[in-house]
Amino acid sequence: MIAVKQRVATLQIQLPVNRSALFLVLLMIGLCAATVMSLGMGGMEISVGDVFVHLAHRIGITEVGIDAFDARILDSLRLPRILRAIIIGAGLGLAGAVMQSLFRNPIADPGIIGVSASAAFGAVSMIVAGHLILGSYYAAIGPYGVPIAAFGGAVLATVVISILSRQDGRTDAAIMLLIGVAINAIAFAGVGVFTYMADDAQLRSLTFWQMGALSGNGPTDMPALIVMALGIAYLIRLGTPLNLFLLGEAEARHLGVEVEHLKRRATVITALVVGAAVAVSGIIGFVGLVAPHLVRLATGPDNRYVLPASAMGGAIILTAADAVARIIVLPAELPIGLVTGIVGGPFFLGLLIVEKKRRRL
Amino acid sequence: MTLMAHKADFKARGRYLLRDVSIAVEPGEVLAILGPNGAGKSTLLKVLAGELSPSGGKVFQNGRALSSISALELAQERAVMPQAASMTFPFTVFDVVALGRAPYRKVSTRQFDQKQVRRAIELADITHLADRAYPALSGGEKQRVHLARALVQLWGMTDTSQRSAASNGDDEQPSVVRFLLLDEPTAGLDVSHQHAVLALARQEAKERGVGVLMILHDFNQVLTYADRVAILSSGEVVEQGSVSDVMTPDLLSSVFKSPIRAIKDPAGGIVLVSQSA
Repeated sequence: MIAVKQRVATLQIQLPVNRSALFLVLLMIGLCAATVMSLGMGGMEISVGDVFVHLAHRIGITEVGIDAFDARILDSLRLPRILRAIIIGAGLGLAGAVMQSLFRNPIADPGIIGVSASAAFGAVSMIVAGHLILGSYYAAIGPYGVPIAAFGGAVLATVVISILSRQDGRTDAAIMLLIGVAINAIAFAGVGVFTYMADDAQLRSLTFWQMGALSGNGPTDMPALIVMALGIAYLIRLGTPLNLFLLGEAEARHLGVEVEHLKRRATVITALVVGAAVAVSGIIGFVGLVAPHLVRLATGPDNRYVLPASAMGGAIILTAADAVARIIVLPAELPIGLVTGIVGGPFFLGLLIVEKKRRRL
Repeated sequence: MTLMAHKADFKARGRYLLRDVSIAVEPGEVLAILGPNGAGKSTLLKVLAGELSPSGGKVFQNGRALSSISALELAQERAVMPQAASMTFPFTVFDVVALGRAPYRKVSTRQFDQKQVRRAIELADITHLADRAYPALSGGEKQRVHLARALVQLWGMTDTSQRSAASNGDDEQPSVVRFLLLDEPTAGLDVSHQHAVLALARQEAKERGVGVLMILHDFNQVLTYADRVAILSSGEVVEQGSVSDVMTPDLLSSVFKSPIRAIKDPAGGIVLVSQSA
């Protein structure tokens, strides 16, 4: 009898762990499903069966491929695009989750506190005024100037926010959000100024930065995507230290975390990931906010599960949003930032309402 | 093998919060820190915990300068129970206590961690709260959660359920002395839990040779639970020594600027009472 009771007790304690791990597996399956579905969708409908056959052919399982035209659409258009969606979505979702822990505030998101806007400001200033700022070096830096400027903008915003919102060793959440609002306003004003100065050709690429697009810039995206992948690989393992961080900076130190070191590293790498994401795809809002909140409903607040789940959740959300963006206004495509904004804005409002109710209780 | 501040100063904005403080926590003893508000008690605790580095003087833990020890190593040698820790994310009480096992995540197993956590939760009398969300608890309940968290950190890889065996054979001297620092551990607790917390700290000192330092406000708790006491005033140590030597009505009255009398307790010993004239 006692043995049975003990078994039940251990089961009960192990259950949440297994549930979260199970959820990670489910997300992985969901991501694969979203990828396959998204591969089939678009101006040229390709059946799920064909997608499977093609993938199997590419890996080398089957001898026979599919129709050459379809295969080329998959290989040169959709597959790279979906890979970008996966990496950027994962990066944004993870960056949101990490920021929420670093600032100890569930509302933190690279878009809301102005990091994305600052990255866009950096990119826009390089597009419009790059030849003025860099002079003769402009040609040497070439197509990498824009991603580097986007990254610079993201780092600058993150540093300013984390310095200004600190008071007596604590990060004040309310002040942080207000500073974020201010930085957002400044960055968008800067973008506005450059938009005013820009010529027609520049305007077209500016619109791209402001509304977001996954169509990419060809091989010049590669460094940014690699940076994101490395950043993701680093951030995703910070679960336990970030859990301790949620207790407070002093407590995290008492429990063996080199706080300043962790904070500096995590902040810079988060900014790097967000900056790189903006460099590839422009501003795509709300993924960093929505993905961690959705996965927390299933995993609870434990960052050991929230971080990987947010990355996968972000990838799923962006892959799905991209599929929607591609088919909803055929034959054109909607900028993906609009899709995430249309869905994410109301979600954010709902989140605030729930939070408000919870505080009143 | 002590946790010791040697002529430590701490200056903030040109003002001395601590001046020339020398203090040592010995293994197996409970050292109480007493003093008026703003005397620098919490600052001293933060300096000893390595949270603040002294602007003058040195702090040593087990013979090594605190500044030369990594945060992880420090965490394996001493635990801190803070005055108030905020946590807005809805972790369960069990999970918050389990965070105390973080310094040992590379060397421990999950079964062992859970065993330690369950035992600490039982000792801190929060078993009934184990599955509740931490942010929804009352102030006193949160304090007890943090006590449990400090305990599982303090125990390290020592199997606490085999206490009787360890205390019988004194040949098993611990290789490293651990320290427990408590910042007003009784704040916000009801009377019975105040005594439970202090008794737990004392038990750690007596049975496992832990050096305990705690900031207290209640004179009689100092009399009952501390071995030695240091009295701090305006950032300086006014007096330190054994409880019976230091806790005299005259000294306390002058430090706290309030008349304090010693009354004979019919049940034995004395009781210190503060009464405005």
